This record gives sequence, C-alpha cells and structure tokens, in this order.
Amino acid sequence: MTDWSRAVSTRPPADLAAPLETVTGNRGLQIEEGLIFEQGSPGRCGVDFADPPPFEARLGGLERQGAIGLPGLSEPQVVRHFTRLSQKNYAIDTGLYPLGSCTMKHNPRLNEKLARLPGFADVHPLQPVSTVPGALALIDTLAHWLKTLTGMPAVALSPGAGAHGELCGIMTIRAALEARGERRSRVLVPESAHGTNPATAAACGYTIDPVPGNPRGRVDLEVLQRKLGSDVAALMLTNPNTCGLFENEILDIAAAVHAAGAFFYCDGANFNAIVGRVRPADLGIDCMHLNLHKTFSTPHGGGGPGSGPVALAASLAPYAPLPWVVHGEDRLELAEHKVGPTEQAIGRLKGFHGQMGMFVRALAYMMSHGADGLRQVAEDAVLSANYLRARLDGDLSLSFAGPCMHEVLFDDRFLKDTGVTTLDFAKALVDEGYHPMTMYFPLVVHGALLIEPTETESKASLDQFTAVLKALVAAARSGDGARFHAAPRLTPRRRLDETAAARQPILRWRPESAHLQAVE
Amino acid sequence: MRYLPLTDPDRQEMLAAIGVDSIDALFADVPHQARLDGLLDLPRTMGELEVERAISAMASRNLAAGSVPLFIGGGAYRHHIPATVDHLIQRGEFLTSYTPYQPEISQGTLQYLFEFQTQVALLTGMEVANASLYDGATACAEAVMMANRLTRRGQAILSGGLHPHYREACETYARFVGFEVAAQAPAPSGGEDLAGLIGRDTSCVVVQNPDFFGEIRDYSEFAPICHEAGALLVVVVTEILSLGAIRPPGEMGADIVAAEGQSIGNALNFGGPHLGLFASRDKFVRQMPGRLVGETVDADGRRGWVLTLSTREQHIRRERATSNICTNSGLCALAFTIHLALLGETGLVRLARLNHAAAVRLAERLERIPGVQLLNQAFFNEFALRLPRPVAPVVEALAEKGVLAGIPISRLYPDRPALADVLLVAATEMVTEEDIDRLDRELREVLS
Repeated sequence: MTDWSRAVSTRPPADLAAPLETVTGNRGLQIEEGLIFEQGSPGRCGVDFADPPPFEARLGGLERQGAIGLPGLSEPQVVRHFTRLSQKNYAIDTGLYPLGSCTMKHNPRLNEKLARLPGFADVHPLQPVSTVPGALALIDTLAHWLKTLTGMPAVALSPGAGAHGELCGIMTIRAALEARGERRSRVLVPESAHGTNPATAAACGYTIDPVPGNPRGRVDLEVLQRKLGSDVAALMLTNPNTCGLFENEILDIAAAVHAAGAFFYCDGANFNAIVGRVRPADLGIDCMHLNLHKTFSTPHGGGGPGSGPVALAASLAPYAPLPWVVHGEDRLELAEHKVGPTEQAIGRLKGFHGQMGMFVRALAYMMSHGADGLRQVAEDAVLSANYLRARLDGDLSLSFAGPCMHEVLFDDRFLKDTGVTTLDFAKALVDEGYHPMTMYFPLVVHGALLIEPTETESKASLDQFTAVLKALVAAARSGDGARFHAAPRLTPRRRLDETAAARQPILRWRPESAHLQAVE
Repeated sequence: MRYLPLTDPDRQEMLAAIGVDSIDALFADVPHQARLDGLLDLPRTMGELEVERAISAMASRNLAAGSVPLFIGGGAYRHHIPATVDHLIQRGEFLTSYTPYQPEISQGTLQYLFEFQTQVALLTGMEVANASLYDGATACAEAVMMANRLTRRGQAILSGGLHPHYREACETYARFVGFEVAAQAPAPSGGEDLAGLIGRDTSCVVVQNPDFFGEIRDYSEFAPICHEAGALLVVVVTEILSLGAIRPPGEMGADIVAAEGQSIGNALNFGGPHLGLFASRDKFVRQMPGRLVGETVDADGRRGWVLTLSTREQHIRRERATSNICTNSGLCALAFTIHLALLGETGLVRLARLNHAAAVRLAERLERIPGVQLLNQAFFNEFALRLPRPVAPVVEALAEKGVLAGIPISRLYPDRPALADVLLVAATEMVTEEDIDRLDRELREVLS
C-alpha cells in the first residue's frame, strides 16, 4: 500500500502562497469560457441531417436572404461549453440555498423522469380530446390535491408562474365585482409585500394603497380598518408574511375585508410553512395563488418555467380563466370556450392548457409525501427556521419577537459601526460556499437578511451554516472589514459593475466591427 | 419520508435548542379554529416505485404523438430534439438554481441567457431580445401593452391571421388592463384591409407570419403605413423555425416581435411549459417587459454578465413596473440555446428546408384528393385545406385509425360555421414518406 501522505503536502512553501497567476486565466476547475459566438466556424454543425430530395419551394418569394450570423459548433464543443457554464452556477444540488420567500428545496429526480414520459411530454395540446384522457385525469387529480390542501372549491390551473397567478386572481376579483355592478378603485397592499403584488394590481387598473406594518411585523389592523371602504376591491396579503410571521389577526382581517365588500387575496408564495397544517379557506381567504416551483418543488431552472395555479372561493370560481377540465357524464372534458357553465370565465390568459410539465412534477411530489409527509414538510420547515433563529439570536439582530414560520428575518443592526453592509456580509458568505439569503427585502426593516432554510436540510447542514454565520459576525465585529469589502474573492467573477451595465447596456453579442459602429 | 433529512432525535434536539416542548408551540400564532389537528383526506406517503406506477398509468392512457403519424401544429410543433439538449438542461447546476440575483455565482445562467438574447435577436432580425416570457400568447399581450406605453395610445388591431389563443389572451388582458382590441375575423384566404383600420388611437397592428393558417406574407410595405400613422407593427411568429427559411420580421420593419420558441429544443408537453420570445428595437428597450442580461466587468476588469435595467421591473419599481412578470421560462430558454448552438447556421437552414420540403410533398399529395382544396399561396411547414365536409368528425375518424391528421379549425372557432370544413395540417422533419402515404390513403378513405 502506498502511503500518499508522505508524497503529498497540502501546505505550499511560503514563497508560493500568493495567488497564482495562470497562463489561461483558469483556476483549476474554474475554467474561463467564451461565448458560443466566439467559438463557431462557418459550415460546422452539431446536427447531421441529409438534404431533402429536390423540390420546388412554395415560400412565395420570401426566402431569407443573407446569413443569419449563428455560429457553427460540433456536438463535443457544445457539450463542453454548457458543462463549463453550469460549473459557474450555485444550485440547491450543491448547497444550502437560504433565499427567503423563494423556498429553494430539494428537487426530486423522480419528478423529472415522470414529466418526460412520452404520454405527457410528447402529447400535442390540440390532439383530439379523446386521445388524452390521462392528461385530463392528471390535471383533475392535481386540482383535487390543491383544493383539499387549500380547502377551496376550485382551482385555476393555467397561469404560467406566481405573478401570472396574481394577475389571474385580481382579474377574477374584478370580474366578480363588475358582475355585482361595482367599480372599485383601490387595492390595499402591505408594505412588506412582494413587488409583484403592487405591479399586478396596478396592471389591472387599481390604485395601490400601502398598508403599514405594526411593531410586531404584522399588518396594522386598525390602519387597515380605516383604509377599508366601498372603493376597495381587495386586500393582497402574503401569509405567512415576508417577515416570516403568521398574521395572527388574520380572521379579524378577513372579517373586516369582507364587511367592506372587498375580496381577500393571499399571495401563496409562503405556503410551505403551513401546507397540511392550515387550510387558507379556513382563514377567510377568497383567492390564493400557489407557486408549484416553490412549495411543490418543481425546479426553478435558473428562472423558470414556473406554474401558478390559483385556488378560488365559490364566489370567484365562475370567473376562472379558460380552459377548464370538467367532469362530463362518463369522462373528463376540456371546456375551451365560453359556453354554458363557463359563460362568465374571464377568458384565456395563456396559450393551450397550462404548464403540464410542471403539473406532473408537482403531483409526483405531493403523492410522494402524502397528507402525512406534506404536514411534516411544513413542520420541518418551520422547525428549521426557528432553530436557526434560536442559534443566531444575539449574533445577528432579529427584527421581530416570537416564533417565526418557515423563514427568519434579521436586520443590519448587528453590523452597526463595523463598516460592513448587508451586501458585504452576504458576499462574504459566497466565499464560504453559500448562496446568500434574500437581502434588502422586505423593505420594512433596514438592511434585511431573510433566511429560509426549507425542510430539506439536515441538522448538520444547519449547524454548519450557523457556525459560518457566527464566525463571519465575529470577523465583522473584530474590524476585519477588508475581508467583507473585497468579497467575494473565490468565485468565477468578483463583484460586477451593475451601474456600468445599466448606463450603456450591451444586451447581445456583436462582431467586433459591428460593435464599434453601434457605439458611434 | 425520503426527502426529509431530519430524524426524530434531531427534531427533539432542535426543539430543545429553541426552548419549546412541541412543534405546536411554533404554530401558536395560527388561530385555534384554523388549525388542522388531523391529516387531510388524501393518500399517505408513497415510495418512488408506487408513485411511478400511479403516474405512469395516467401517461399510458394518452396517445403519444410519436407513436402515430402526426400532422398537428397550430402553435406547437413536434421536432427532433438532440439527446444532448435534455442531458445538459438536467445538470443540477442549471436545473436547481434560482433566478440569477447573485451574479458572481450565477455566471452560467447569465451567460447562456446573453447567448439566448443574441440568438433570438439574430433569428428575428431585431436589435434586442429579452431573457424570455411564459409563452407566445403572453408575449403577444405584453407586446401590445408595450406598444400602448410607447405610443400613449390604447387600441390594438389584431389580424384575423393571429393564433386564436393569442387573440383571446390579448382580449383578456385588454378587458382588465384597460385597452381596446379590434380583432379581425379569421380569413384563411387573406384579403384583410388592415391599413384602412388604423386610426388616431391605434397603438399597434398585430400580424402573424406565417399566419395561423400557414400563409406567409410580406409586411415590408405595410410597416411604413403603420409608422406613418404613428402606430407600431407587432409581428407574431408561432413557428420560430420558419425564420431559418423566410425573411425575418426585423427585415420587414417590425417594431416588436412576440414569438413562441417551443419548436427549438422544447417538447410539446401538452402545451406547457413553452417559451415566450420577445424582441424589439434598441430605442424601445426601456419599455420592454421581463428580464434582460447585460455585459459588464467585475472588480478585476474581467468580462461578466448581470441582470440589468432592473428599474423597469416589479421588484424595484413595484406598481410602476413595465410588467408584473418575475419568473419566466429560463430552462426552456436554455434548451433553445443549446439546440440552436448545435444546429448553427447550417443546421438551422437545413432543418427549415427539410420542414418546408415535407410540407410541400404533403400538400402536393393532399390537394390531389378529389374535393380537397389547398387554401395557401405560400407556406412554410403548415397549410390549410378545405375539405368537402365538416372536418371535426373526419379528424376523429382518422384518430381512431391512428392518424393525428391536423386541427379542425372549428375546435378553435366553434362560432364560425364557414370554417367548419377547414383543416390545418403541419408537416415537420419528423414526418416520413410512410406517414404521408398513410394520411393520403386514410383521408381518401374517410372522405369517400
């Protein structure tokens, strides 16, 4: 047996300890990679097709003239390029991803496998409905799970992501108000809300009326009551809210909203905290979108695709967007037009029938957990966040008292007089091999750090994370500001100049010569 | 439960560290009457094998498009996807990352989105493209709203050649966002006078090319008419592969291109997720919806990429954002980028030619069937046929014989009896000579 410990020293001699300038700019496994446009050669191709037999084109004389400008690469070049790019990304597969309100949990690969079954992935949306009973059954089963978990009688499945679900929800609310002959003008949105809430309500023509929080991090019920009136269409509330707190006066809030004749919209981004333990319908909520790419673990994919089904109370169900899957006499049917029971539907929000690939993944996730496992999900998520809260209390500064739900909010008081900002602190975490928490959101506390560990971290992982945070806090307080200001130093790129990027936007590659022309 | 790492002893230790007796104490803020004590009436946890059985059973009840001759298009097209594409997009570093808010550890996502934006701009002949939207229909609605902002006008004219789902999405947005839509009647044989409809409040005219019935038109003389009247020209493309063969909207004077990118790299998926493409002119970039990736340098002066012009977006701008969109179709954009990188110029042009060749061969065969009339002058990989009788039962009969023959227009336009005998037929590179023989033979039989 070879004794490698004699042959290999991990500690370099002192004169080699300085950072190594490499010939390539590469640093071991971190490899510099240019754009595909800089690597291509005309005529090279990564796909082999035979030319078609001779034929007479029928393009009406509108053939494309001249080159498109796409680079030619072989298959091995393409594989290497995208593999190298992938290695420049942080991911839940590689580590804890504590982004508050984003619910970055483990993405089971079973769900990927099932979504790729030809019976789902290779089915055309406009095949005769008689050839897709399994697709309708899957949608109907998913709807049953979502309705049971929310306690709501209906669910609209077509929205493409959370913000699209919000749009769907606010549109159904407006349709219901119009059906009552009412034109209301204001939507109340707590100051701690996600940016999509005010953006959505404003897109639907409403004036946004912000509702301040109380010192306990919840909606100020008295202010809310004063703001409610006959011109208020809805309250858009996130619960648990983005401070990681359950709105404990939610039943009174719902009662007040309903007494004013308004609808109670809930942003369901944080449903992971209560799934299986609390049904939104029991809280008086009329309408709530669910992010399948958060609570139900469909992968976020670097920014989508998502899926944003909307659970609806009976008062809003008739306005759900098309299409609907409906129970026919002996089979499921797809209602694609406004006829009969769908007469009041708001219409279509999207092409075809929704994010089927995401539906399959989410259903596989829910069936894997079952009613018991989903309840455990909420409990473990809340337990993990409270564990971090308890372990970090005194090191980081907690914004609010009391137990939190699935995420815990700190502010930057612990960095006072250190010269280190929330951003610096987060970037130092990057050097330690972690994705930062959500920073500077919610806006209701100064220099927010919002941590959501999710239920798919082990205790050892949580312990290591707390140890790292404590060490960084100690470093910041001991005056080691330089470490933070220079961070991150061990990443494929250091801090990037976002101001320059916005001032003179370069949004695409151009050949060098064209570039000069564009600048002129 | 296999996805949950905490053990019961872990949970006890953690509760002790928190200083509470039970998990219920952590849910103390939930009002009593809203707490569920027991489990909901849903099945209990299942092993991987059981879930796979249950869901595979549902999949097996569907007729997979690849198992039969397929001639259905209508905004979703079955193309060959190289094995490399699906392999690469399933790398965990792509699949399980979030929106690239931390650029130093998201350069992979940011760089491919920059490459994607460049590819989309080149393909459409436009100057700038965003990092994707949900799908073609929502991209179309966003295009109209962007035109409304740019022109400060409130009426969009929609060609009758626009995909009916796109029109319906625009109509829904119009009702609630507050603008007008003048949608023209579907006209498979053309003959629309769009120019005559443009008025002082018209923000844009939305045309589709090739249109919903497959017809290719030249809009280069129409664009200046729009511009002279102060309106923008929005061109919708539902079969993005067509741009490997025909003149792109940018060369015809389009101001905004809204397209469906599913054809490149993405499966049919029963209609979703698909990939919204959105391209425009540099001068309009600050009114564009959705994420944009831009080039910059890092602290050491090395080239890198960031999300940029975020002051348009909801997380900064809140109620004054250009759009409420947040999550888009990142991974579908990656599939598109990889597939198009593999194809390159040569492969894309050849693939487009193969599609056109297949459609031409199919049209030549089907228009010889007695009573069948081809309605197109020019087409790419899809065309409309008038049959001597209502189409829907014909398509059903063919499906029973194991041929997915196309789309009865009546499915999308049930209120237009004049279109009940129109069939929309597509042929991609996936269609074989045997498939064409089969459709020819079976259609003759059903019609006879």
